[in-house]
Parts: sequence; C-alpha cells; structure tokens
Amino acid sequence: MRVVSRLSRVPLPALAVASLVLMTVALTLVFYVAPNDADQGFSQRIFYFHVSIAFTAYACFAAGAWKALRHLWKRDPGADLESYVAVHQGVIFGTLVLLTGSIWAKISWGHWWLWGEDELVLFLVLFLFYCAYFMLRFSVDPGPQRANFSAVYALFGVVLIPVSFLAIRIAKSFVHPEVFTLHGPNFGGWILVTYCVAQAALLLLAYTLYRVELTGKRLDARIRELRFA
Amino acid sequence: MTYFADVGALARKDLLLELRARDTLPAMLLFVVATFVVFHFSLPAHSSQLAASGLLWVAILFTALLGLGRAFVPEREQRVLDGLVLAPCDRSAIWLAKSIATLAFLGAAELVALPVFALFFHGIGAATVAGVVLADIGICAVGTFLGAMAVATRARDLLLPLLFLPLAIPIVVGGVGASVAGSPGRYLAFLALYDVLFGLLCWATFEYVVTE
Repeated sequence: MRVVSRLSRVPLPALAVASLVLMTVALTLVFYVAPNDADQGFSQRIFYFHVSIAFTAYACFAAGAWKALRHLWKRDPGADLESYVAVHQGVIFGTLVLLTGSIWAKISWGHWWLWGEDELVLFLVLFLFYCAYFMLRFSVDPGPQRANFSAVYALFGVVLIPVSFLAIRIAKSFVHPEVFTLHGPNFGGWILVTYCVAQAALLLLAYTLYRVELTGKRLDARIRELRFA
Repeated sequence: MTYFADVGALARKDLLLELRARDTLPAMLLFVVATFVVFHFSLPAHSSQLAASGLLWVAILFTALLGLGRAFVPEREQRVLDGLVLAPCDRSAIWLAKSIATLAFLGAAELVALPVFALFFHGIGAATVAGVVLADIGICAVGTFLGAMAVATRARDLLLPLLFLPLAIPIVVGGVGASVAGSPGRYLAFLALYDVLFGLLCWATFEYVVTE
C-alpha cells in the first residue's frame, strides 16, 4: 500500500516518460533479444504481450474492486471515480487480451477463436460482464446511488473471475473434450527477463493511463462544479 | 430470531400477493412450455438428446429472468421499498425474502416444466433434478439482487438480462454438466460453491443497493 501511495505522488509527465522508456525497452527485448521459440517460432513472441496484458487487466479489475470496497466500507471520497476509471482501463486491456489472443490463435491453429483456450473464454465472459457494468453505471443518475451500484457490481466481478475460471475449466470435459497442452516454455534467461520487463512496462502504462483519465475526469467534475456555482 | 421472522413475513407478503393477483406464475408457466415447443422446432431432426439437455437450461434461465424481472415491480409501483427500508429490520432480510419468493415461483414453474420436458424430449435423471434445485438457488439469489438494482435504473427491464447473463454462465456450466456428465458430483459441488459464494456476497452488500 505504501508503494501505491508513493506512486500516486509521482507527477504525471514523469510517469509518462518512464512508461515510454520502459515500453521501448520491452519492445526491443521482445523483438531483438528474446530467442525464437523452438515450436512456434516468431509468432510466440506475442505471448510476452498477451500474458502481460492479461495480468494487467486482472490488476485493473482488482484495483477497481479494491476501490469499490473502500467506497462501501470507508466511504472514501473519490473512491467511486477511481474504481470506475480502474475498471475502464481493465476493459481496455481486456479487449486487447481478446485481440492478441485471437491473432495468436489464428497463427497457431488457423482459427480466430478457440473455445478450448481458457483465458480467452474467461476474458470474453469478463468483457460481457464489465460492459454490463458500464450499462448499469450510465443508466443511473450521478450520485450516491450510482456509486453504490457500481461498487457492488465491481465486487461481483472479482468473485466472478475465479468462479468463471473454474467453470470454464470443468466445462471443457463436456463442451470441448480435446485439451490443448502448451509445452511450457523454458522459462529462464532472456525469456524471463523479457517477460518481466514487458509486464512492468504494461503495468506502468496502465497506471499512467489510469492517472491521465482520472485527472481528466476530476478536471471535468471541477469545471462542472464551477459552472453551476 | 426476529431476523427470520422478518424474512418470513416479507416472503409471505410476496406469496400472498401472487396468490391473489396471479401476475407472474401463469406467465412463467406459459413461457416455459412455449419455449419447449420452440426448441422442438429449432432442433433439427435426429439431433442428439444432449442438445435437448442443454436447451433445458436455456429455458430455465429465461423463465427465471421473466420472473425476476417482475420481482421488484410491486415494490416500485406502490413505493413499498421506501417503507421497507424505513422499517426497523435488517435490509438483507428484504433480499432474502424476495429470493425465497422468486425461488418458490421458479420451483412451481419447474414442477410443471420438468415433466413437460420429459414428455416432449427425454427423461430426466436425479442428477439433473439436483442440479436444477442448486441452480435455482443461485439464480434467485443473484437475480433478485440484480433485479433490485435494475428497477432503480432508467433502463429498468432492459438491464436485468444484461447484468444477469454473464453472472449466470457458471450456473449453466454446472447445470449442463450435472445433466450430461457421467459423474455429476463435481458439477453439483460447483453449483453449491457458486450458491454459497454469491449468496454471501449478495447478503453482505444488499444494504448498499437500497440505501444511499
């Protein structure tokens, strides 16, 4: 928690520069340094981003739920907006998971969509769920009720993630009998370094975007306040 | 113990209202039977029994949605909810009572629907019945909760299916698994886990749905 509170004091331009640098390093590592996968060759490199984006999306949803809990429990002022922005970032990254996953599935198996791929299916469910979150949020007038509804629904989301994952796992035995087994890549050396840098870059990028959106939204609210004052 | 007395009184109010007005249950019954007939014609000839088992769950889900969409309409139209929130009872009792009432309606609809399904398609095993009972609990717990949110929004009836269906996917997985899998035990356990997890979550957070 202390790390987060310290991070929230870093000015936005510094964050933007840091994420640009880290992202460039990650791209360089992914395309020039990491070795080709023995089985899948060049296309396997999308995995560095696909997996990191997925993890970042989970982190955003978790942050959204955490802020939602703060709103319900401690009545933190501003927690509602923070929760919404975090969920919004989560949906953006979740969409990217679906896109990168589809590209990878097309290259590896020749289909744009694979019901056998747990994580893709889970993100489809989450995508539907969080789209409904937006529908809910924007059909209630701004105020305490909207904040409560959004917070409660965001909390449902974090319970739904593991439950859906379990559901998709056990559904395989009757919906999709053949199980794809990915030979675990030899996780070591440059592969591990590249993955960690890509993960750090995407987390920082997500946080920067979160701060940008939050600043914009707060400014918006402030202007509206002044206009009606 | 007063908590359960409150729940009992509130649930009895809903059941009594339904008994007198007969708004929801006949609609659910007609809907579920009509759905089966539609399914019969939408399944191509010689399609497997497994397909029909899957469609049973679709029918149950949509029938439940029909009932859940109506669940908080009396509260909204007569502004009963304001009175209930003012009453000196735990707010989660409102949710629990409404869930019990919708569970009773859904159960009554299924008492007719499952034999009709057996008549139209194929017989139903004990595992399917157990799956239906466990799924009903989850459907009514989560659906009632979301129904209370949906009636307070501008979109109203439009919103409930959108909010509910992503949350109902695990229920369908567990239910279909219990109907078609050789060893239904773990699917039933999964449904029970869903009921407990989401039941607790609804129970703990319902207060924030009806208060500000």
